[in-house]
Amino acid sequence: MSSIVSKENLSESVVRMDILAPEIARKRKAGQFVILKVNEQGERIPLTIVESDGEQGTITIIFQIVGKTTALMAALNAGDDIQDVQGPLGNPTEIENFGHVVCIGGGVGVGVIYPITKALKEAGNRVTSIIGARTKSLIILEEEMSAASNELIVATDDGSYGVHGFVSNVLQKLIDGGEKIDHVYAIGPVPMMKAIANLTRPYGIKTIVSLNAIMVDATGMCGACRVSVAGKTEFTCVDGPEFDGHQVDFDLLANRLRMYCEQEGQSYERHRCGSQGN
Amino acid sequence: MAEIATKPKKEKIPRQAMPEQDPGDRVKNFDEVPCGYPPETAILEAKRCIQCKKPGCVEGCPVDVRIPEFILQIAAGNFLGAARTLKETNCLPAVCGRVCPQEDQCEKTCILGKKGEPVAIGRLERFAADYERDRGAVTIPAVAAPNGKKVAVIGAGPSGLTIAGDLVKLGYDVTVFEALHKAGGVLIYGIPEFRLPKAIVEAEVDYLKQLGVKVVTNAVVGRLKTIDDLFAEGFDAVYVAVGAGAPVFMDIPGENMSGIYSANEYLTRSNLMKAYRFPEYDTPIVRGKNVAVIGGGNVAMDSVRTALRLGAENAYIIYRRSEVEMPARKEEVHHAKEEGVQFLLLTNPVEYLGDKDGWVTGVKCIRMELGEPDASGRRSPVPVPGSEFVIDVDTVVVAVGTMANPIVPSTTPGLETNRKGYIITKGESGETSRRGVYAGGDIVTGSATVILAMGAGRKAAQAIHQALSGVTTE
Ligand SMILES: Cc1cc2nc3c(=O)[nH]c(=O)nc-3n(C[C@H](O)[C@H](O)[C@H](O)COP(=O)(O)OP(=O)(O)OC[C@H]3O[C@@H](n4cnc5c(N)ncnc54)[C@H](O)[C@@H]3O)c2cc1C
Ligand SMILES: Cc1cc2nc3c(=O)[nH]c(=O)nc-3n(C[C@H](O)[C@H](O)[C@H](O)COP(=O)(O)OP(=O)(O)OC[C@H]3O[C@@H](n4cnc5c(N)ncnc54)[C@H](O)[C@@H]3O)c2cc1C
Ligand code: SF4
Ligand code: FES
Repeated sequence: MSSIVSKENLSESVVRMDILAPEIARKRKAGQFVILKVNEQGERIPLTIVESDGEQGTITIIFQIVGKTTALMAALNAGDDIQDVQGPLGNPTEIENFGHVVCIGGGVGVGVIYPITKALKEAGNRVTSIIGARTKSLIILEEEMSAASNELIVATDDGSYGVHGFVSNVLQKLIDGGEKIDHVYAIGPVPMMKAIANLTRPYGIKTIVSLNAIMVDATGMCGACRVSVAGKTEFTCVDGPEFDGHQVDFDLLANRLRMYCEQEGQSYERHRCGSQGN
Repeated sequence: MAEIATKPKKEKIPRQAMPEQDPGDRVKNFDEVPCGYPPETAILEAKRCIQCKKPGCVEGCPVDVRIPEFILQIAAGNFLGAARTLKETNCLPAVCGRVCPQEDQCEKTCILGKKGEPVAIGRLERFAADYERDRGAVTIPAVAAPNGKKVAVIGAGPSGLTIAGDLVKLGYDVTVFEALHKAGGVLIYGIPEFRLPKAIVEAEVDYLKQLGVKVVTNAVVGRLKTIDDLFAEGFDAVYVAVGAGAPVFMDIPGENMSGIYSANEYLTRSNLMKAYRFPEYDTPIVRGKNVAVIGGGNVAMDSVRTALRLGAENAYIIYRRSEVEMPARKEEVHHAKEEGVQFLLLTNPVEYLGDKDGWVTGVKCIRMELGEPDASGRRSPVPVPGSEFVIDVDTVVVAVGTMANPIVPSTTPGLETNRKGYIITKGESGETSRRGVYAGGDIVTGSATVILAMGAGRKAAQAIHQALSGVTTE
């Protein structure tokens, strides 16, 4: 049992929570995640540990409401309990001084890339960050990202805020402008990560992505999270979640993420009707 | 033998069948298939035992259960006494009575089996344990006074639960760290409800908690803390019982397509996460119409029978050897056949075919024939050239084995493993290359059985007791 210490809505569909989990808070490193299970009937879902506070013993998660479980969590408040919190899981990000690093976050992926950005800057890198979302109200962590970077560029698909366009357009401009880039981190929706990887490939810029495969146990026991990297099957939970973006089969990942579309819809629908009707 | 000659009439009682759910009904539910003996049948079966002076059955039992003694108690109507006798050597009789391969163990060496049918030892074991539990007659035995020594157990499968029970009774302060949110190991996430009701496993874990065992779930050792951290926290010994949980895939084209599961995933979704009760439970599972399960072991049988219960119209077992070589228990193969599973023997998958969305639509197979016996003594299958054919499927479950999970060994410097990643131990004590670290169960032997994992836990308990307290038990 872990209790929720605080909760804040970052946008209409993105929620931030601090959860009491002292051992995880002390142990976690940038790039790792937890598995949460809200209640007895609940599903196990992976969420990145965005931040931790060793003294308070809390971890911070930021999640987007996309289905039943995230909606259920969004309905919880400070003081409520989450039945199971397992972690820290996955390999920590390999933090080094690469030189000039570009960190790119799309949508809720900004929450995932924030701890990595912070760690990279602390390691002495010059960090340029690009964060994007569909529209202004969906941009999250702008202040935090700005503080964690030497330079921050914000982009929106509809032009309602910052640069008008995709984060990949911004990166292309940086490259075209003659910026020397040593390393790219890109985390967000699969099409975004695929676009960035395709963009950097011809320039030979090492590009790390963090994959959001469907998981069950997250200890390497089930293979639900398998992805293909350089033609080899890897388990995202224990071999990742970060991989070389130039080697990832994004189409396979996108297909596997759709495996339960119908049932997820059914579950979400049932949840929404239930919470309105009862 | 003399005793057979003196009590000939006892052989006349036939081996008593156990009532079962009808195959037509049971494929529509996840309730247990065999229903257990009623008391009068148990007594009748127990009376078949001729109480051998040198009982063959005990020799066949990996943990030396005092079989004739508990059977005699059942014959005399002392069911609770029988349960207690069982528990002196086997702390999980309700589990073992259901899942042990008795036909290869006690029942194989039962003297009656030489001429006719062996005593149904497993069914009697199950009967006594169920009788005790169902009547709420489980008693908590006296536990030795705390001796101030702490032991950490990693993994709450049968091996870890057994050692925890043994050591807590000897006065140790025992904490079990379990990676998942529920204790039980394969008993809770792998073996289906229709073969081993989860309420039984939960009752056993509760019993250990009542004895004083601490169970910490959601604790992945190697990630949350390492074995070295545990010693630093003050534990005097560590027992590693993490099982052989990593799934093996065949590495053939198309194996990562949607609709293709490892047996571990398929069974974990269904059993641990209760996906068969979706949407009441949140975890989904694909309810395939045409399901192929690859493999011929217990895990394959559990998967294919799960597929039927999830509504499959065609459920296939695809196995590369013939039925004789199938490692699954005969009883499970028999149950699967009764339920309508189609067996494609001497057949091996070579490739998966899919649609434009990457969902599996077919499995391309090749026919096999048996060649010369291999190292394991089984005749090795060889493909018949040009014999490929395609079976239409929408779901596949790969059940071709498991291997060691490297999380604990890779985070424990100095812990030696063999080529396959299993932990190397010295003899039966479970001692490893690291001082104070013991190991047992599937992580040492590779996938084996519940009772062998339990036996390893029991032996390591004795070794740890000896090492920490200088006392030899037995
Ligand atoms: C390592 C990792 C870190 C992640 N970090 C974050 C994060 O910090 N913030 C965030 O908002 N999201 C994160 N995700 C994604 C998040 O886990 C899913 O959005 C969540 O599981 C959706 O659950 P749901 O029941 O609300 O939606 P559902 O209706 O179940 O599914 C909606 C979508 O989520 C995906 N999904 C469903 N179940 C799972 C599952 N068990 N595991 C992974 N994906 C699933 C499906 O592909 C589907 O497209 C992360 C995923 C991974 C693998
Ligand atoms: C589907 C299936 C059916 C089977 N049917 C039978 C049968 O009918 N009869 C029979 O005798 N045997 C059967 N077996 C085999 C039997 O279940 C195993 O041999 C037995 O469970 C092994 O016990 P164990 O305690 O070594 O490991 P497991 O039961 O595998 O338990 C290991 C536990 O350790 C946990 N763990 C792993 N890593 C960590 C970590 N890093 N930190 C903390 N915890 C960790 C796991 O989550 C798990 O709970 C079957 C196996 C399967 C998979
Ligand atoms: S060998 Fe068979 S008949 Fe003899 S004591 Fe054991 S169970 Fe009874
Ligand atoms: S989630 Fe089960 S192996 Fe990765």
